[in-house]
Parts: sequence; C-alpha cells; structure tokens
Amino acid sequence: MEIETYLKRDHIRNIVAAGKRVDNRAFDEQRPLEITKGFVADKADGSALVRLGNTLVLAGVSMDIGEPYADSPTEGVLTTSAEFRPMASPTFETGPPDENSIELARVVDRGIRESKSIATEKLFIEEDLVWVVFVDIHILDHDGNLIDAAGIASIAALLDARLPKLEDGKIIRGEWEGKLPMTCVPVPCTFAKISDKVMLDPCLDEEYAMDARLTVTTTDTINAMQKGGRGSFTTEEIKYAVDTAFKKSKEIRKLLG
Amino acid sequence: MKMKNPEIELIKNGKRLDGRNLDELREIKMEVGVLKKAAGSAYVEWGKNKVLAAVYGPRSLYPAFLKDPTKAMLRCIYNLAPFSVDDRKKPGPDRRSVEISKVSTEALESVVMTERYPNSVIDVYTEILQADAGTRCTALTAASLALANAGIPMKDLVAACSAGKVSGEVVLDPMKEEDNYGDADLPLAIIPRRNEVVLLQLDGRLTREEFDRAYQLAFDGALKVYEMQKKTLQDAMKKSAVVGD
Repeated sequence: MEIETYLKRDHIRNIVAAGKRVDNRAFDEQRPLEITKGFVADKADGSALVRLGNTLVLAGVSMDIGEPYADSPTEGVLTTSAEFRPMASPTFETGPPDENSIELARVVDRGIRESKSIATEKLFIEEDLVWVVFVDIHILDHDGNLIDAAGIASIAALLDARLPKLEDGKIIRGEWEGKLPMTCVPVPCTFAKISDKVMLDPCLDEEYAMDARLTVTTTDTINAMQKGGRGSFTTEEIKYAVDTAFKKSKEIRKLLG
Repeated sequence: MKMKNPEIELIKNGKRLDGRNLDELREIKMEVGVLKKAAGSAYVEWGKNKVLAAVYGPRSLYPAFLKDPTKAMLRCIYNLAPFSVDDRKKPGPDRRSVEISKVSTEALESVVMTERYPNSVIDVYTEILQADAGTRCTALTAASLALANAGIPMKDLVAACSAGKVSGEVVLDPMKEEDNYGDADLPLAIIPRRNEVVLLQLDGRLTREEFDRAYQLAFDGALKVYEMQKKTLQDAMKKSAVVGD
C-alpha cells in the first residue's frame, strides 16, 4: 500500500493540477450511486446495500430493548459501529476497530443523532425500558469515500427499518409492527483537497493524493462536520463545501426515497 | 449528549451564566516548561479546564516496521483523567478519545516539520486534569506550546477555540452548562500565518447563517489564543535569557 500511495500520488496531483480528475468527473460530481434497501430483509430489522462507484458498503439495523441513558430516560438509544472487513482492502486487518473505523462510525452517528433523524421519543416502552437501535456498518469493498457510502447506507437502512413485535416485554423475532419512526434524512457529503482544488466524493486513488478531507452532513441545517488529514482548508474552501453539500445532498435524498 | 429543558437560564439580558458576553472568551492562563523530564511541556488553564501537555522525542520508533524513511511519525494522545469529570471516567482510551487523538494529531502534522526527523517518532501527550467543555481546543493549544517549548521546528503554532449555539444564540467558547444544554458545538483550530483551518468538527443543528457566525467567532477566538501563545513563549524566552539557562 505504501508504495502504491507513493507512486500514485504525483500522478493524481498532476491530473488535478491540469484541472481534471482521474476518472474525468467534474469537481462537484459524485460517482454513480446505487441503493438497495432490504438486502438482508429476512433477518435484519433494516438494511441497505450501497454502491458508490466501486465502493461497497452494507449497513444493518438491529432493534433490541434495553435501558435508556440516565439523562434522557424517555428516549430510545442509538449505537453505531463500523467494521472494516479484511475482504474490502489489502490494508484492512482483522481485530478490534482502529482509529479509522471509530472515526467513521462516530461521524456517521453524529449526523443521525444531531439531526434527530430517529424520533427517539417514540421509542419509549415503559419506565427504564426503551428501544435500542443498533446501526452496524460493514465495509465490503474500499474504493474511497467510505464516510459517504457508510452514511448513506446507514440512513437508508434506518428508513428501511421496522419495529419488531413486542409481547409481554419480549421481542418476537421475524414479526414486525410498523416502521422505525424517522423525522428527516441526514446526508453526508465528503470533499477531498488536492493541490488547492476541492472535489466531491474522492475515489481511493484521490484519497492517496489528498492533503485533507472535509465531511459536511446536512438536513435543512448542518448537523455534523469533520475535517481529516494533515492538510488545511481556507475559509472559502470550507464555505464552498458547505454550500455544495446542501445542494448535492438534495439529489442524494431523492434516491433515498 | 445533549440534554433538554435546562432548569437554569443560560443567557439573561445578553449575559451568560459566568457573566461573559456572547463573544467573550473565558480566562486563559498558559505556562511552558512545567515538567522536568519531558523535552517540552505546557500547562493551560482555560476557564475551569486544566490541561497538561508533554513532548517526548524525536526518538526511536518501535516496532521498526512503523519507521518512515521520509519523515517522523507524530502521535498526539488525548486522555481524560478519571477524576476530571463529574461521573468518573473509566481509565484508558474510549472511542471519543481515540477520535480526538486522531484529529489532533492531524492538526499538528500540518505544522510540525516531520521530514527533518526520518525514522523517528515525536510523541505528544495531553492530559485533561479537569474538564469543563472545550477540552480538545485546550489540549491542542497546550500541545502546540509544548512542541515549541521542546524546540521542534514548526511552520506555525496551532491555535484552537470553539463556538456553539445556546438558547438560540451563537456564542464563543461554551462552558460545560452551555455545552450540555446547547444546540451545537463547533471546535476549530487554525494556523494563523496561512489563515487556514487544521481542525474542524461540528455537531448539532446550525443554519447556514448560524454556521457562518459561529465559524467567524471561533476563528477570531483562536486568533486571540494565538497571541497569548506567542506572548507565553516570548516571556519564557526572556526569563531563561536572564537566568542564563
């Protein structure tokens, strides 16, 4: 990987310096996006397979019952995790989550949580008992921009999710009663900065060459942002990213249905 | 975790709980060279936040396969002391501190001239001894002072500050009560010589206009922090010149 990064870096930077992208996309153009809801519908309460270019991510939602947080005793609980499966990239290894998968899960989680996209107040069952929503992100093929693919897969899986049937405080698996209550659709848009140019949805080769990245998750407001990488952004670049994120997320939201 | 229904009024007649204006920083104190063993160190008090930073290295990096022949590895660790918060924090890294360590390391990598020290590592340890919102900004500010105190070549200092939204108002440098009951938090770190941003996170709900306002407040706050950092380093230099250290 190290040598691949090293060799591709200059090549990609030269293309960008010439005002182009390695796959001839416009700087604000996302790769083709395909969303398949209910991919594991026989078992998971909600699921979605997302293909963003050659990046492939499967997100699953599992509903359980459990205790609420002490500071919000009448609201359901959201837990988001990500697994970078070794099949997805020669650089991924088995083992506990590393800083990259922790960061990804936390950025996706922030978008969903802060936009109040899940109507958690409707997930109250009885005193000290609420629905717990697990969002588990499986990275299956890594060709760049895992945050957007994972964020879109997660919200698609939540929109797909059903509430299991509950009888005498016990979950009846395989039977459902109604949808998971959702209020809005947060969509992440990630930008890479390469040689003073900012571009939407970097592919893996562009990630090798990028100085920094910026994720902006929006609904009708901005709900989460995260800068990554060792480079820096100017104020103009940040505002361009925010404006473009508002614009592009509308198109993505249409595909989410 | 955002909470609902504050029992206290966070903003009254344009003044905040601690008497600050909406665009006012908490009191900040900085000191460098506070630890004996470290190559460089700093202590920052920012409101009720108390943070120590120490730098070790450049030093040999093990295991050897991590060595990079083109540059030093930089590792910044953010650690909350168990007693630094109201409810004891279990010792050791949790997911939040892993993420903050990562983005802080990346922010410092933008200024530290790591290419001067191939195959080695520079470790930056930041310890939050007392936490009262804004700890990652305090830690990053202290880390950058400690790196300068260690004499590590840097292109600039990293200065940090956050802004937030509380009771419908955009405010500079939220304290704990405001963070708990607030609607948004925007920590920012900048490299003032280039006027560029090296750390930016956001959580909450901000309109486009509120974002612009919060961004500008945090940016201007960080510029003030930068002036304090420079003065702290200059004063330390003068002091050591007099003593002949």
